[in-house]
Amino acid sequence: MNAPANVDAMTEPRQASLPVTVGHPDRSLPEDLDGRHPPLIHVRGLSLHYATNKALDDVHLTIREKLVTAFIGPSGCGKSTLLRCFNRMNDLIDKVHIDGQVLIKGQDIHHAGQDVIELRKKVGMVFQKSNPFPKSIYENIAYGLRIAGVNARQVLDETVEASLRSAALWDEVKDRLHSSALGLSGGQQQRLCIARAIAIKPEIILMDEPASALDPVATGKIEDLILDLKRNFTIVIVTHNMQQAARISDFTAFFYLGKLIEFDTTRTIFTNPSNKQTEDYVTGRFG
Amino acid sequence: MPTHFDQELDDLKNKLLTMGSHAESLMQKAMKALLERDDELARDVKEDDEILDQLEIEIDDLGVQLLAKAPLAFDLRLITVAMKISGDLERVGDEATTIARRSIELSQEPPLKEYVDIPRMAELGRHMLKEALDSFLHRAPERARAIIPRDKEVDAMNKQLHRELASFMIEKPSTVTRCLNLMTISKSLERIADHATNIAEDVVFLYEGRDIRHQGLAGQE
Repeated sequence: MNAPANVDAMTEPRQASLPVTVGHPDRSLPEDLDGRHPPLIHVRGLSLHYATNKALDDVHLTIREKLVTAFIGPSGCGKSTLLRCFNRMNDLIDKVHIDGQVLIKGQDIHHAGQDVIELRKKVGMVFQKSNPFPKSIYENIAYGLRIAGVNARQVLDETVEASLRSAALWDEVKDRLHSSALGLSGGQQQRLCIARAIAIKPEIILMDEPASALDPVATGKIEDLILDLKRNFTIVIVTHNMQQAARISDFTAFFYLGKLIEFDTTRTIFTNPSNKQTEDYVTGRFG
Repeated sequence: MPTHFDQELDDLKNKLLTMGSHAESLMQKAMKALLERDDELARDVKEDDEILDQLEIEIDDLGVQLLAKAPLAFDLRLITVAMKISGDLERVGDEATTIARRSIELSQEPPLKEYVDIPRMAELGRHMLKEALDSFLHRAPERARAIIPRDKEVDAMNKQLHRELASFMIEKPSTVTRCLNLMTISKSLERIADHATNIAEDVVFLYEGRDIRHQGLAGQE
């Protein structure tokens, strides 16, 4: 298996790392990358076993702040496993063993003193199948706040409205906030889950194929929402839909058999990848 | 095993190569018509140009159909480059038609002088066009890069010829019509070399993923 290209270089300032043609810097990169989008998550030498099965193999990766990073690769390649490492959801799985480090803002999230609940407040997650609570729309969002000790009615009302607005759902539900969330459409339920995640003001939102169960119109709304959300949140998304990754992500990581094969700007991965395996995968000639 | 999409990409490539071959042939026919003062051959060029027009439409149509399938990486570059190259080749056909039209006008009067510079320009332009298309066919971006600096030679030849013809017209006003026709032909040959350069730059983008347009010699890294 080829070593991942450009991976360690992504921890260095862009000008020294990315291969660019003289006079033609990668026009897809945001300006002042290091100033406006500094590294937020560092993955160093991460390996993960489910019992004897190696699911991640020596992954090195850096996720930048307030950008969308997509993980792509065939089924079983480790992308969802890596995603779940960022909020320690893998702790809930038996016989998981992790080597290496995941650092968020320089803090190792696996160190003994890490409060996992606090971690999961800062690193929210949205799943493939939307999972609203069997409660009202209002309570779906207020519930997490109440558990965090927020009980003032005005604060709850304001936060519920702000979260639903941020999730582009407010106009559709403002007149029925106390009706059951289970009565919403699939796309609306997923946006409610996103609103619920952002209500507690995370820094990072993990999305595991958030639109794969939705129709094209609902998918389009979720994608537009992601592009809005990245102004305020760092987003990491796992997707099987490469065109989706091309539409909404700034950086893309391609995984295969637990290894990170290539990590670069989305533009490079989808127009001129360095690695032949990446090229074969994105052009549908893999395997 | 090739997929349906692979077969469609091959179809696109084959149409493009057919178009390239036809454009080269049209250019040679136009020059032969000029040098041999063959009006019938010149009229054939005008008719044959319609084949290039039709191929451009077919390639663009196929390109759009393929783009709707959301291709990526090399496939995406191939389709977008093919559509651009077809535009350049269609313009080569138009320039060949211009040369043919002007050669018909020139053949109505005695030859001005023996043609020396125009055949040289034509040969260089033809070589550049052929090399650009061969570099596409043989996946050889280094051959494409080698042509690009030669465009300056053609530009210089065109400028020099324009100066000489301008002087000629001033000295002998009776030659104005012939000189102007020759200036137009020289300009068309210069434009053909430009289109060959465009194709070469597109070939580099296709096989290297690098956009080297508008860099002059900086594109030669």
